Amino acid sequence: MLNYIAYRLLLTIPTLLGAAVITFFLLRVIPGDVVAVKLTGDGAIVSQAVIDAERARLGLDKALIYQFSDWMLGLLQFDMGRSMWTGRPVIVEISQRFWTTFQVALMSTAIGVLIAVPLGTLSALKRGGAIDYATRIFTMAGLSVPGFWVGMLILIWLLQTYGWQPPITTIPFISDPAGNLSQLIWPALAVGYRFSAVLARIIRSTVLEVLGEDYIRTARAKGLVPRIIIGRHALRNALLPAITVIGLEFAFLFGGLVVTEQVFNLNGLGKLFVQAVANRDFIMIQGMVMLFAVIYIFANLVVDLLYAVFDPRIRYGTAEA
Amino acid sequence: MIAAMASRGSSVLSFARQQPLGAISLLLILIMFFAGVFAERVAPYHPEVIDFTSILQGPSSAHWAGTDAFGRDILTRIIYGARTALLISLVSSLLGCTLGAILGASSAYFGGRIDYAIQRVVDILLSFPLIVLALVVVAIMGRTLVFGIDIGLIAAITIPIIPQVARVIRSSALSIRRMSYVEAARVAGYSNTRVIFRHMAPNLVAPYLVLLSVYMSQAILLEASLSFLGLGVSEPTPAWGLMLAGSATEFFAQAPWMVIFPGLAISLAVFAFNLLGDSLRDWLDPRFRT
Repeated sequence: MLNYIAYRLLLTIPTLLGAAVITFFLLRVIPGDVVAVKLTGDGAIVSQAVIDAERARLGLDKALIYQFSDWMLGLLQFDMGRSMWTGRPVIVEISQRFWTTFQVALMSTAIGVLIAVPLGTLSALKRGGAIDYATRIFTMAGLSVPGFWVGMLILIWLLQTYGWQPPITTIPFISDPAGNLSQLIWPALAVGYRFSAVLARIIRSTVLEVLGEDYIRTARAKGLVPRIIIGRHALRNALLPAITVIGLEFAFLFGGLVVTEQVFNLNGLGKLFVQAVANRDFIMIQGMVMLFAVIYIFANLVVDLLYAVFDPRIRYGTAEA
Repeated sequence: MIAAMASRGSSVLSFARQQPLGAISLLLILIMFFAGVFAERVAPYHPEVIDFTSILQGPSSAHWAGTDAFGRDILTRIIYGARTALLISLVSSLLGCTLGAILGASSAYFGGRIDYAIQRVVDILLSFPLIVLALVVVAIMGRTLVFGIDIGLIAAITIPIIPQVARVIRSSALSIRRMSYVEAARVAGYSNTRVIFRHMAPNLVAPYLVLLSVYMSQAILLEASLSFLGLGVSEPTPAWGLMLAGSATEFFAQAPWMVIFPGLAISLAVFAFNLLGDSLRDWLDPRFRT
């Protein structure tokens, strides 16, 4: 198992390097100059000497390949450089906002799973019935409504019925758990709805597939009660594709919460990313893209390891080692 | 080819009969399409003229969906917004799906190292959500206007679609690649381009159409999100995502219609294309029928 994990971690190196190369060089293809944007953004007239000095300070006057190797060497020491806009270290800016996004992503995932598992299973079991039809509409709507719009509707409803407005700053979980949860549950609901729609569709189709298998017929034939057939035989096997979707969708939320965070005024990774894009803060953007890539790869690894936990037929490390 | 063209009329009918939901979604799309094209005739007001005598009015017989903070009729702006949304999404999903299909088909056709190299890049791009890739492209290209069209925005929606389509089309193309008629065409000495476009492409049309419909919906969502963030379409052009931003967020307590109706428009459009994609898939490929 450990061998397998080490092997998988080794495999991530070319992927991460590829992601780094693509992001770094693409961001510099077009000579849109962050320094010019920063200094002359308000229509100010700045002499070329000032621009050159700022470029030298940010290291932008060096050859691209040197900039790239500087960045790579920094990454190895968890130094992602400094934001071109605020001048603060990228790693500090990210770590200040990471937990808010992490918490919303986690809560959205929990909500999504809680809705999707019963809904997807029921709709497969009552295939073609009213529940199945209602689920199809519910999930299709979930895939279609923009999460940020659902968030705005929730905010309108909260404001009109309870006069509640989202706090300007994020309440930390440690100092005030109830306040924190009552603040973050709403964005999590807005995002969790879409999550549940994606997941319920997968669960429905895998449960349908599993129900057609021979061992289910055998279980029925030997007179097992439906609860055990479904719970122990069908759901357990239908779980595997669901785990993949849960893991990868969870990873996607770190970058995908961008718009929802804007609506709920949450100071998370998404907001930071949008600011970086608006300011063309390349160092921040490339740092965050690498973070999203690492999260995705890590989630992928966890999903594969969970497969072995839930399916005894899968054993890693024994075949390769 | 001629037979296919002749049967097109009846195939629309058979689609409508077998997939009633698909027919409804197609009808919805056509209504939105015509509303967008003939917005000048359909819409009751001018989309951009500011009218300070009718600010933030609720839905009434004069303004069915109310007015915004500048006194502009929201229904009018939604109708013109359909033009913006459909135009941008159609161009970018057509571009994205076509480039993705060519990439995916070539990857499957050539195989070996070319396939490996393309698929590793696709792997990397697929590890990011669409919106993250779109934002990176926005950061790279910014607002690049060519003949009044923001090609930066088009690229931001097109580029994230390419790897997704390439991956799906590749898997369809791999099975076609192994068929004997493709092998025969190669043995006959036809050029690679000819084999890909004349022999493989006709069998990729079905998945391509399904993907086109699905990514049309994703493109509408992406455009709305980017415009909402202030990185897409800019004022005073009417766009659904933009209508939800700015003054809508300031006044949504007094004027919830400013939020409700544009969001409904986005949802309905995305819903229609999603449903059409689903129905097309079921109709074109009986194996997927549930």
